[in-house]
Amino acid sequence: MVEAPKTYKDLPSTPITFFTTEDNKTGTWRTIRPVIDKEKCTRCYICWKFCPDLSIEVEKEGDYPNVDYDHCKGCGICANECPSNAITMEKEMEK
Amino acid sequence: MIEVMTANYAAAYAVKLARVGVIAAYPITPQSSISEKLAEMYVKGELHGKYFLVESEHSAMSMLIGASYAGARTFTATSSHGLALMHEMLFWAVGARRPIVMAVVARALAPPWNIWGDHMDVMSERDTGWMQFFCENNQETLDTILMAYKISENRSVMLPSMVIEDGFILSHTYEAVDIPDQDEVDDFLPPFDPEWKIDFNDPRRFGGLTMPDWWSEFRYRIALDQEVARKKIVEVDKEFERKFGRSYGGLVEFYNCDDAEVALVLAGSAVGTAKEVSDKMRERGKKVGVVKLKTFRPFPAEELKKLNDMVPVVGVFDRSYTFGYGGALYSEVRNGIYDPAGGALVKNYVGGMGGKDFTPKNMEFIFEDLLRIKKEGKVDKMVEWINIKDGTGRW
Repeated sequence: MVEAPKTYKDLPSTPITFFTTEDNKTGTWRTIRPVIDKEKCTRCYICWKFCPDLSIEVEKEGDYPNVDYDHCKGCGICANECPSNAITMEKEMEK
Repeated sequence: MIEVMTANYAAAYAVKLARVGVIAAYPITPQSSISEKLAEMYVKGELHGKYFLVESEHSAMSMLIGASYAGARTFTATSSHGLALMHEMLFWAVGARRPIVMAVVARALAPPWNIWGDHMDVMSERDTGWMQFFCENNQETLDTILMAYKISENRSVMLPSMVIEDGFILSHTYEAVDIPDQDEVDDFLPPFDPEWKIDFNDPRRFGGLTMPDWWSEFRYRIALDQEVARKKIVEVDKEFERKFGRSYGGLVEFYNCDDAEVALVLAGSAVGTAKEVSDKMRERGKKVGVVKLKTFRPFPAEELKKLNDMVPVVGVFDRSYTFGYGGALYSEVRNGIYDPAGGALVKNYVGGMGGKDFTPKNMEFIFEDLLRIKKEGKVDKMVEWINIKDGTGRW
Protein backbone atom coordinates (compact mmCIF):
# COMPACT_ATOMS: atom_id res chain seq x y z
CA MET A 1 0.00 0.00 0.00
CA VAL A 2 1.29 3.40 -0.99
CA GLU A 3 0.61 6.48 1.13
CA ALA A 4 -1.50 9.28 -0.33
CA PRO A 5 0.66 12.08 -1.78
CA LYS A 6 1.21 15.20 0.35
CA THR A 7 3.08 17.39 -2.17
CA TYR A 8 3.74 17.39 -5.92
CA LYS A 9 7.01 15.56 -5.18
CA ASP A 10 5.07 12.48 -4.07
CA LEU A 11 3.20 12.16 -7.38
CA PRO A 12 4.02 9.21 -9.65
CA SER A 13 5.99 9.97 -12.81
CA THR A 14 2.86 9.23 -14.84
CA PRO A 15 -0.69 9.90 -13.60
CA ILE A 16 -1.92 6.51 -12.34
CA THR A 17 -4.13 5.28 -9.53
CA PHE A 18 -2.86 3.65 -6.33
CA PHE A 19 -6.24 2.87 -4.82
CA THR A 20 -9.36 1.13 -6.01
CA THR A 21 -12.14 3.45 -7.11
CA GLU A 22 -14.58 1.46 -4.94
CA ASP A 23 -13.80 3.98 -2.22
CA ASN A 24 -15.14 6.77 -4.44
CA LYS A 25 -18.85 6.75 -3.52
CA THR A 26 -20.33 8.17 -6.71
CA GLY A 27 -23.82 7.15 -5.56
CA THR A 28 -24.17 10.58 -3.95
CA TRP A 29 -24.32 12.13 -7.43
CA ARG A 30 -27.70 10.40 -8.06
CA THR A 31 -31.02 12.26 -8.26
CA ILE A 32 -33.11 9.28 -9.41
CA ARG A 33 -32.63 5.65 -8.37
CA PRO A 34 -33.43 2.41 -10.17
CA VAL A 35 -35.77 0.12 -8.27
CA ILE A 36 -36.14 -3.47 -9.48
CA ASP A 37 -39.57 -5.11 -9.28
CA LYS A 38 -38.84 -8.80 -8.62
CA GLU A 39 -42.41 -9.74 -9.69
CA LYS A 40 -41.62 -8.59 -13.24
CA CYS A 41 -37.85 -9.40 -13.35
CA THR A 42 -37.04 -12.47 -15.49
CA ARG A 43 -33.36 -12.50 -14.44
CA CYS A 44 -32.21 -12.01 -18.04
CA TYR A 45 -29.36 -9.78 -16.72
CA ILE A 46 -29.61 -7.32 -19.58
CA CYS A 47 -29.43 -4.55 -16.94
CA TRP A 48 -26.18 -6.06 -15.62
CA LYS A 49 -24.80 -6.20 -19.15
CA PHE A 50 -25.66 -2.59 -19.98
CA CYS A 51 -24.79 -0.81 -16.73
CA PRO A 52 -21.84 1.48 -17.63
CA ASP A 53 -20.63 1.68 -14.02
CA LEU A 54 -20.71 -2.00 -12.96
CA SER A 55 -23.41 -1.05 -10.46
CA ILE A 56 -25.79 -3.95 -11.11
CA GLU A 57 -24.56 -6.91 -9.13
CA VAL A 58 -25.45 -10.56 -9.65
CA GLU A 59 -23.99 -12.80 -6.95
CA LYS A 60 -24.42 -16.03 -8.88
CA GLU A 61 -26.34 -17.36 -11.90
CA GLY A 62 -30.07 -17.55 -11.07
CA ASP A 63 -30.03 -14.77 -8.46
CA TYR A 64 -32.04 -11.58 -8.85
CA PRO A 65 -29.89 -8.56 -9.81
CA ASN A 66 -29.12 -6.03 -7.08
CA VAL A 67 -28.30 -2.36 -7.44
CA ASP A 68 -25.06 -1.11 -5.85
CA TYR A 69 -26.43 2.22 -4.59
CA ASP A 70 -22.98 3.30 -3.33
CA HIS A 71 -21.83 3.68 -6.94
CA CYS A 72 -24.97 3.85 -9.18
CA LYS A 73 -25.18 7.40 -10.58
CA GLY A 74 -28.83 6.97 -11.63
CA CYS A 75 -28.31 7.21 -15.39
CA GLY A 76 -31.37 5.06 -16.09
CA ILE A 77 -29.86 2.90 -18.82
CA CYS A 78 -30.91 -0.28 -16.95
CA ALA A 79 -34.54 0.90 -16.81
CA ASN A 80 -34.42 1.85 -20.47
CA GLU A 81 -33.02 -1.53 -21.54
CA CYS A 82 -35.13 -3.82 -19.32
CA PRO A 83 -37.40 -5.76 -21.74
CA SER A 84 -39.88 -6.56 -18.94
CA ASN A 85 -40.15 -2.96 -17.67
CA ALA A 86 -39.16 -4.32 -14.26
CA ILE A 87 -37.01 -1.28 -13.38
CA THR A 88 -38.49 2.10 -12.48
CA MET A 89 -36.50 5.27 -11.79
CA GLU A 90 -37.72 6.91 -8.59
CA LYS A 91 -36.88 10.39 -7.33
CA GLU A 92 -34.24 10.36 -4.55
CA MET A 93 -35.62 13.32 -2.65
CA GLU A 94 -38.96 11.61 -2.03
CA LYS A 95 -37.26 8.72 -0.27
CA MET B 1 29.17 2.77 -42.70
CA ILE B 2 28.70 5.85 -44.89
CA GLU B 3 25.81 5.79 -47.36
CA VAL B 4 24.16 8.46 -49.49
CA MET B 5 20.52 8.94 -48.48
CA THR B 6 17.72 11.41 -47.77
CA ALA B 7 16.97 12.70 -44.26
CA ASN B 8 13.80 10.60 -44.35
CA TYR B 9 15.80 7.40 -44.89
CA ALA B 10 18.28 8.55 -42.24
CA ALA B 11 15.30 8.85 -39.85
CA ALA B 12 14.14 5.33 -40.75
CA TYR B 13 17.63 3.90 -40.11
CA ALA B 14 17.69 5.67 -36.73
CA VAL B 15 14.37 4.01 -35.81
CA LYS B 16 15.77 0.62 -36.80
CA LEU B 17 18.96 1.19 -34.80
CA ALA B 18 16.93 2.35 -31.77
CA ARG B 19 15.14 -1.05 -31.79
CA VAL B 20 11.73 0.66 -31.65
CA GLY B 21 8.99 -1.69 -30.44
CA VAL B 22 5.89 -0.14 -32.01
CA ILE B 23 5.65 2.10 -35.08
CA ALA B 24 2.23 3.48 -36.07
CA ALA B 25 1.99 5.76 -39.09
CA TYR B 26 -0.25 7.26 -41.72
CA PRO B 27 1.30 8.59 -44.95
CA ILE B 28 1.53 12.31 -45.74
CA THR B 29 3.90 14.21 -47.99
CA PRO B 30 6.77 14.91 -47.36
CA GLN B 31 6.92 12.41 -44.49
CA SER B 32 5.75 9.34 -46.43
CA SER B 33 9.15 7.96 -47.36
CA ILE B 34 10.03 7.53 -43.65
CA SER B 35 7.04 5.26 -43.02
CA GLU B 36 7.43 3.57 -46.42
CA LYS B 37 11.06 2.73 -45.67
CA LEU B 38 10.11 1.42 -42.23
CA ALA B 39 7.29 -0.66 -43.76
CA GLU B 40 9.79 -2.11 -46.23
CA MET B 41 12.22 -2.96 -43.40
CA TYR B 42 9.34 -4.52 -41.47
CA VAL B 43 8.22 -6.89 -44.25
CA LYS B 44 11.86 -7.88 -44.82
CA GLY B 45 12.05 -8.81 -41.11
CA GLU B 46 14.76 -6.25 -40.40
CA LEU B 47 12.92 -4.39 -37.64
CA HIS B 48 13.04 -5.25 -33.96
CA GLY B 49 9.38 -4.28 -33.42
CA LYS B 50 5.99 -4.10 -35.12
CA TYR B 51 4.71 -1.71 -37.77
CA PHE B 52 1.06 -0.65 -37.89
CA LEU B 53 -0.57 1.26 -40.72
CA VAL B 54 -3.43 3.15 -39.02
CA GLU B 55 -6.38 5.12 -40.40
CA SER B 56 -5.25 8.61 -39.33
CA GLU B 57 -2.54 10.53 -37.51
CA HIS B 58 -4.89 10.92 -34.54
CA SER B 59 -5.01 7.12 -34.34
CA ALA B 60 -1.24 6.83 -34.82
CA MET B 61 -0.55 8.97 -31.77
CA SER B 62 -3.32 7.29 -29.75
CA MET B 63 -1.89 3.85 -30.53
CA LEU B 64 1.61 4.92 -29.52
CA ILE B 65 0.37 6.28 -26.19
CA GLY B 66 -1.18 2.86 -25.47
CA ALA B 67 1.89 0.99 -26.69
CA SER B 68 4.14 3.17 -24.57
CA TYR B 69 1.92 2.51 -21.53
CA ALA B 70 2.51 -1.17 -22.24
CA GLY B 71 6.26 -0.55 -22.09
CA ALA B 72 7.20 -0.32 -25.78
CA ARG B 73 9.60 2.18 -27.34
CA THR B 74 7.47 4.02 -29.92
CA PHE B 75 7.85 6.05 -33.11
CA THR B 76 5.75 7.85 -35.69
CA ALA B 77 6.38 10.46 -38.36
CA THR B 78 4.12 13.12 -39.80
CA SER B 79 3.86 16.53 -41.45
CA SER B 80 1.60 19.56 -41.68
CA HIS B 81 -2.10 18.60 -41.65
CA GLY B 82 -1.18 15.23 -40.14
CA LEU B 83 0.47 16.93 -37.18
CA ALA B 84 -2.52 19.26 -36.83
CA LEU B 85 -4.87 16.26 -36.79
CA MET B 86 -2.79 14.76 -33.94
CA HIS B 87 -3.02 17.96 -31.92
CA GLU B 88 -5.38 16.60 -29.24
CA MET B 89 -3.29 13.48 -28.65
CA LEU B 90 -0.05 15.49 -28.46
CA PHE B 91 -1.34 16.95 -25.18
CA TRP B 92 -2.32 13.46 -24.06
CA ALA B 93 1.20 12.12 -24.74
CA VAL B 94 2.67 14.84 -22.53
CA GLY B 95 0.14 14.55 -19.71
CA ALA B 96 0.55 10.78 -19.72
CA ARG B 97 4.34 11.28 -19.63
CA ARG B 98 4.98 8.99 -22.62
CA PRO B 99 8.49 9.34 -24.12
CA ILE B 100 7.34 8.95 -27.72
CA VAL B 101 9.73 10.14 -30.42
CA MET B 102 8.20 11.57 -33.60
CA ALA B 103 9.88 12.83 -36.75
CA VAL B 104 8.08 15.90 -38.05
CA VAL B 105 8.95 16.73 -41.63
CA ALA B 106 8.01 20.39 -41.42
CA ARG B 107 5.57 21.59 -44.09
CA ALA B 108 3.01 24.35 -44.72
CA LEU B 109 -0.75 23.99 -44.12
CA ALA B 110 -3.23 24.84 -46.88
CA PRO B 111 -4.85 26.73 -48.51
CA PRO B 112 -3.52 27.56 -50.98
CA TRP B 113 -2.48 23.94 -51.27
CA ASN B 114 1.20 23.46 -50.57
CA ILE B 115 3.30 20.41 -49.75
CA TRP B 116 6.67 22.11 -49.20
CA GLY B 117 8.93 23.11 -46.34
CA ASP B 118 7.73 25.59 -43.70
CA HIS B 119 7.79 25.76 -39.91
CA MET B 120 4.13 26.69 -39.32
CA ASP B 121 3.13 23.12 -38.42
CA VAL B 122 5.74 22.65 -35.68
CA MET B 123 5.48 26.17 -34.29
CA SER B 124 1.74 25.62 -33.82
CA GLU B 125 2.53 22.73 -31.42
CA ARG B 126 4.87 24.78 -29.24
CA ASP B 127 2.57 24.75 -26.21
CA THR B 128 1.79 21.04 -26.09
CA GLY B 129 4.77 20.25 -23.83
CA TRP B 130 6.74 18.20 -26.38
CA MET B 131 10.47 18.77 -26.60
CA GLN B 132 11.31 20.15 -30.06
CA PHE B 133 14.67 19.57 -31.78
CA PHE B 134 15.51 21.09 -35.16
CA CYS B 135 17.94 19.42 -37.58
CA GLU B 136 20.34 21.12 -39.96
CA ASN B 137 21.17 18.13 -42.19
CA ASN B 138 20.54 14.43 -42.80
CA GLN B 139 23.22 13.14 -40.44
CA GLU B 140 21.83 15.31 -37.67
CA THR B 141 18.36 13.85 -38.26
CA LEU B 142 19.62 10.31 -37.65
CA ASP B 143 21.72 11.32 -34.64
CA THR B 144 18.97 13.47 -33.07
CA ILE B 145 16.44 10.62 -33.12
CA LEU B 146 18.89 8.41 -31.19
CA MET B 147 19.58 11.21 -28.70
CA ALA B 148 15.87 12.04 -28.39
CA TYR B 149 15.07 8.52 -27.11
CA LYS B 150 17.81 8.79 -24.53
CA ILE B 151 16.58 12.20 -23.33
CA SER B 152 12.84 11.40 -23.43
CA GLU B 153 13.11 8.03 -21.67
CA ASN B 154 15.21 9.35 -18.81
CA ARG B 155 13.07 8.65 -15.72
CA SER B 156 13.49 12.25 -14.56
CA VAL B 157 12.23 13.56 -17.91
CA MET B 158 9.57 11.20 -19.37
CA LEU B 159 8.39 13.65 -22.04
CA PRO B 160 7.94 13.11 -25.80
CA SER B 161 10.24 14.55 -28.48
CA MET B 162 9.66 16.00 -31.94
CA VAL B 163 12.66 15.70 -34.25
CA ILE B 164 12.12 18.29 -36.95
CA GLU B 165 13.56 18.12 -40.47
CA ASP B 166 12.64 20.65 -43.16
CA GLY B 167 10.28 19.26 -45.83
CA PHE B 168 12.02 18.43 -49.14
CA ILE B 169 15.10 20.54 -48.31
CA LEU B 170 16.23 17.65 -46.09
CA SER B 171 13.53 15.01 -46.49
CA HIS B 172 14.15 14.45 -50.20
CA THR B 173 17.75 15.62 -50.60
CA TYR B 174 20.56 13.07 -50.71
CA GLU B 175 23.62 13.50 -48.51
CA ALA B 176 26.32 11.24 -47.13
CA VAL B 177 25.19 9.79 -43.79
CA ASP B 178 27.32 7.78 -41.40
CA ILE B 179 25.15 4.93 -40.08
CA PRO B 180 26.49 3.84 -36.68
CA ASP B 181 26.98 0.15 -35.85
CA GLN B 182 24.14 -1.56 -33.98
CA ASP B 183 26.52 -2.52 -31.13
CA GLU B 184 27.52 1.10 -30.59
CA VAL B 185 23.88 2.25 -30.59
CA ASP B 186 22.88 -0.55 -28.18
CA ASP B 187 25.64 0.59 -25.87
CA PHE B 188 24.48 4.23 -26.08
CA LEU B 189 20.74 3.55 -25.88
CA PRO B 190 19.63 0.87 -23.38
CA PRO B 191 16.15 -0.72 -23.69
CA PHE B 192 13.16 1.37 -22.56
CA ASP B 193 12.55 0.68 -18.89
CA PRO B 194 9.68 2.80 -17.54
CA GLU B 195 8.95 3.03 -13.82
CA TRP B 196 5.23 2.43 -14.43
CA LYS B 197 3.66 0.37 -17.18
CA ILE B 198 0.54 -1.74 -17.74
CA ASP B 199 0.80 -4.86 -15.60
CA PHE B 200 -2.15 -7.26 -15.54
CA ASN B 201 -1.00 -8.58 -12.17
CA ASP B 202 -1.04 -5.08 -10.69
CA PRO B 203 -3.95 -3.31 -12.42
CA ARG B 204 -4.23 0.49 -12.28
CA ARG B 205 -6.02 3.26 -14.07
CA PHE B 206 -3.82 5.47 -16.28
CA GLY B 207 -4.61 9.14 -16.81
CA GLY B 208 -7.99 9.00 -15.08
CA LEU B 209 -9.94 11.92 -13.66
CA THR B 210 -7.92 14.14 -11.35
CA MET B 211 -9.81 16.71 -9.34
CA PRO B 212 -8.83 20.42 -9.43
CA ASP B 213 -6.93 20.14 -6.12
CA TRP B 214 -4.22 17.92 -7.74
CA TRP B 215 -4.33 18.73 -11.48
CA SER B 216 -2.04 21.77 -11.27
CA GLU B 217 0.50 19.69 -9.34
CA PHE B 218 0.77 17.30 -12.31
CA ARG B 219 1.26 20.30 -14.64
CA TYR B 220 3.88 21.72 -12.26
CA ARG B 221 5.79 18.42 -12.45
CA ILE B 222 5.89 18.72 -16.24
CA ALA B 223 7.19 22.29 -15.97
CA LEU B 224 9.95 21.16 -13.58
CA ASP B 225 10.85 18.13 -15.69
CA GLN B 226 11.26 20.30 -18.80
CA GLU B 227 13.96 22.06 -16.75
CA VAL B 228 15.55 18.68 -15.96
CA ALA B 229 15.42 17.91 -19.70
CA ARG B 230 17.40 21.09 -20.37
CA LYS B 231 20.36 19.59 -18.47
CA LYS B 232 19.91 16.09 -19.91
CA ILE B 233 19.92 17.43 -23.48
CA VAL B 234 23.38 18.91 -22.94
CA GLU B 235 24.63 15.78 -21.16
CA VAL B 236 23.33 13.43 -23.84
CA ASP B 237 24.84 15.58 -26.61
CA LYS B 238 28.24 15.34 -24.86
CA GLU B 239 27.90 11.59 -24.38
CA PHE B 240 26.94 11.22 -28.04
CA GLU B 241 30.02 13.19 -29.05
CA ARG B 242 32.29 10.97 -26.94
CA LYS B 243 30.80 7.86 -28.51
CA PHE B 244 30.19 8.89 -32.12
CA GLY B 245 32.37 12.00 -32.56
CA ARG B 246 29.51 14.34 -33.47
CA SER B 247 27.95 17.16 -31.40
CA TYR B 248 25.16 19.60 -32.18
CA GLY B 249 25.60 21.94 -29.25
CA GLY B 250 22.77 20.43 -27.19
CA LEU B 251 20.57 23.52 -26.90
CA VAL B 252 22.38 26.16 -28.98
CA GLU B 253 25.44 26.33 -31.20
CA PHE B 254 27.31 29.64 -31.59
CA TYR B 255 29.11 29.75 -34.95
CA ASN B 256 31.52 32.53 -35.93
CA CYS B 257 30.17 34.51 -32.97
CA ASP B 258 33.30 35.21 -30.87
CA ASP B 259 34.26 38.52 -32.47
CA ALA B 260 31.05 39.06 -34.45
CA GLU B 261 29.51 42.51 -35.08
CA VAL B 262 26.02 41.08 -35.64
CA ALA B 263 24.46 37.63 -35.26
CA LEU B 264 21.50 35.80 -36.80
CA VAL B 265 19.42 33.26 -34.82
CA LEU B 266 17.68 30.56 -36.83
CA ALA B 267 16.67 26.89 -36.82
CA GLY B 268 16.62 24.01 -39.29
CA SER B 269 18.21 23.54 -42.69
CA ALA B 270 18.74 27.29 -43.29
CA VAL B 271 21.45 27.17 -40.58
CA GLY B 272 23.76 25.51 -43.13
CA THR B 273 23.19 28.32 -45.61
CA ALA B 274 23.78 30.94 -42.91
CA LYS B 275 27.07 29.31 -41.84
CA GLU B 276 28.38 29.22 -45.40
CA VAL B 277 27.39 32.84 -46.09
CA SER B 278 28.95 33.86 -42.76
CA ASP B 279 32.25 32.18 -43.76
CA LYS B 280 32.25 33.90 -47.16
CA MET B 281 31.42 37.32 -45.71
CA ARG B 282 34.22 36.95 -43.16
CA GLU B 283 36.65 36.46 -46.03
CA ARG B 284 35.57 39.96 -47.08
CA GLY B 285 36.10 41.31 -43.56
CA LYS B 286 32.44 41.31 -42.53
CA LYS B 287 32.22 39.72 -39.10
CA VAL B 288 28.80 38.09 -38.98
CA GLY B 289 27.85 35.24 -36.63
CA VAL B 290 25.28 32.46 -36.71
CA VAL B 291 23.31 31.11 -33.76
CA LYS B 292 21.84 27.71 -34.42
CA LEU B 293 18.77 27.07 -32.30
CA LYS B 294 19.02 23.29 -31.97
CA THR B 295 16.39 23.02 -29.25
CA PHE B 296 13.20 25.09 -29.36
CA ARG B 297 11.53 23.44 -26.34
CA PRO B 298 12.84 23.62 -23.68
CA PHE B 299 13.74 27.11 -24.89
CA PRO B 300 17.42 28.04 -24.26
CA ALA B 301 16.79 31.58 -23.01
CA GLU B 302 19.80 31.65 -20.65
CA GLU B 303 22.20 30.58 -23.41
CA LEU B 304 20.78 33.15 -25.83
CA LYS B 305 21.11 35.92 -23.21
CA LYS B 306 24.88 35.73 -23.84
CA LEU B 307 24.17 37.43 -27.16
CA ASN B 308 23.69 40.73 -25.30
CA ASP B 309 27.40 40.66 -24.40
CA MET B 310 28.49 39.39 -27.82
CA VAL B 311 26.75 41.67 -30.33
CA PRO B 312 24.74 44.92 -30.40
CA VAL B 313 22.33 43.66 -33.09
CA VAL B 314 20.57 40.29 -33.37
CA GLY B 315 18.49 39.10 -36.33
CA VAL B 316 15.96 36.29 -36.09
CA PHE B 317 14.99 34.34 -39.20
CA ASP B 318 11.55 32.73 -39.22
CA ARG B 319 10.14 30.16 -41.62
CA SER B 320 6.63 30.77 -40.29
CA TYR B 321 4.55 33.73 -39.22
CA THR B 322 2.19 34.43 -36.35
CA PHE B 323 -0.45 36.60 -37.99
CA GLY B 324 -1.08 39.87 -36.24
CA TYR B 325 2.37 39.91 -34.67
CA GLY B 326 5.57 38.45 -36.21
CA GLY B 327 7.67 35.31 -36.48
CA ALA B 328 7.31 32.73 -33.70
CA LEU B 329 11.08 32.39 -33.19
CA TYR B 330 11.42 36.17 -33.14
CA SER B 331 9.02 36.73 -30.26
CA GLU B 332 10.63 33.89 -28.29
CA VAL B 333 14.20 35.05 -28.89
CA ARG B 334 13.49 38.72 -28.21
CA ASN B 335 11.66 37.83 -25.02
CA GLY B 336 14.39 35.35 -24.03
CA ILE B 337 17.30 37.76 -24.37
CA TYR B 338 15.42 40.76 -22.95
CA ASP B 339 17.66 42.79 -20.69
CA PRO B 340 16.00 45.70 -18.84
CA ALA B 341 19.40 47.45 -18.74
CA GLY B 342 19.56 47.60 -22.54
CA GLY B 343 20.79 44.62 -24.49
CA ALA B 344 20.89 43.91 -28.20
CA LEU B 345 18.54 45.36 -30.83
CA VAL B 346 16.44 42.62 -32.45
CA LYS B 347 14.91 42.46 -35.95
CA ASN B 348 12.77 39.76 -37.50
CA TYR B 349 13.22 38.36 -41.02
CA VAL B 350 10.55 36.11 -42.49
CA GLY B 351 11.04 33.96 -45.56
CA GLY B 352 11.59 30.54 -47.11
CA MET B 353 7.95 29.65 -46.47
CA GLY B 354 5.92 27.05 -48.35
CA GLY B 355 9.10 25.76 -50.00
CA LYS B 356 10.21 29.10 -51.43
CA ASP B 357 13.96 29.02 -52.07
CA PHE B 358 15.93 30.82 -49.43
CA THR B 359 19.22 31.48 -51.19
CA PRO B 360 22.70 32.55 -50.03
CA LYS B 361 21.89 35.92 -51.68
CA ASN B 362 18.83 36.28 -49.41
CA MET B 363 20.95 35.34 -46.40
CA GLU B 364 23.57 37.91 -47.35
CA PHE B 365 20.81 40.55 -47.54
CA ILE B 366 19.90 39.81 -43.91
CA PHE B 367 23.50 40.07 -42.68
CA GLU B 368 24.02 43.33 -44.61
CA ASP B 369 20.77 44.70 -43.18
CA LEU B 370 21.93 43.80 -39.64
CA LEU B 371 25.29 45.55 -40.25
CA ARG B 372 23.36 48.61 -41.45
CA ILE B 373 21.21 48.58 -38.27
CA LYS B 374 24.39 48.34 -36.20
CA LYS B 375 25.77 51.43 -37.98
CA GLU B 376 22.51 53.38 -37.65
CA GLY B 377 21.91 52.25 -34.06
CA LYS B 378 18.17 51.64 -34.45
CA VAL B 379 15.73 49.08 -35.87
CA ASP B 380 13.73 50.64 -38.72
CA LYS B 381 10.94 48.06 -38.71
CA MET B 382 10.11 45.04 -36.61
CA VAL B 383 9.54 42.49 -39.39
CA GLU B 384 11.01 42.24 -42.90
CA TRP B 385 9.50 39.77 -45.37
CA ILE B 386 12.31 38.46 -47.56
CA ASN B 387 12.00 37.79 -51.28
CA ILE B 388 8.36 38.91 -51.57
CA LYS B 389 7.15 40.05 -54.99
CA ASP B 390 6.48 43.60 -53.75
CA GLY B 391 7.12 45.38 -57.05
CA THR B 392 10.27 47.06 -55.74
CA GLY B 393 12.54 44.91 -57.89
CA ARG B 394 15.03 44.66 -54.97
CA TRP B 395 14.83 40.87 -54.79
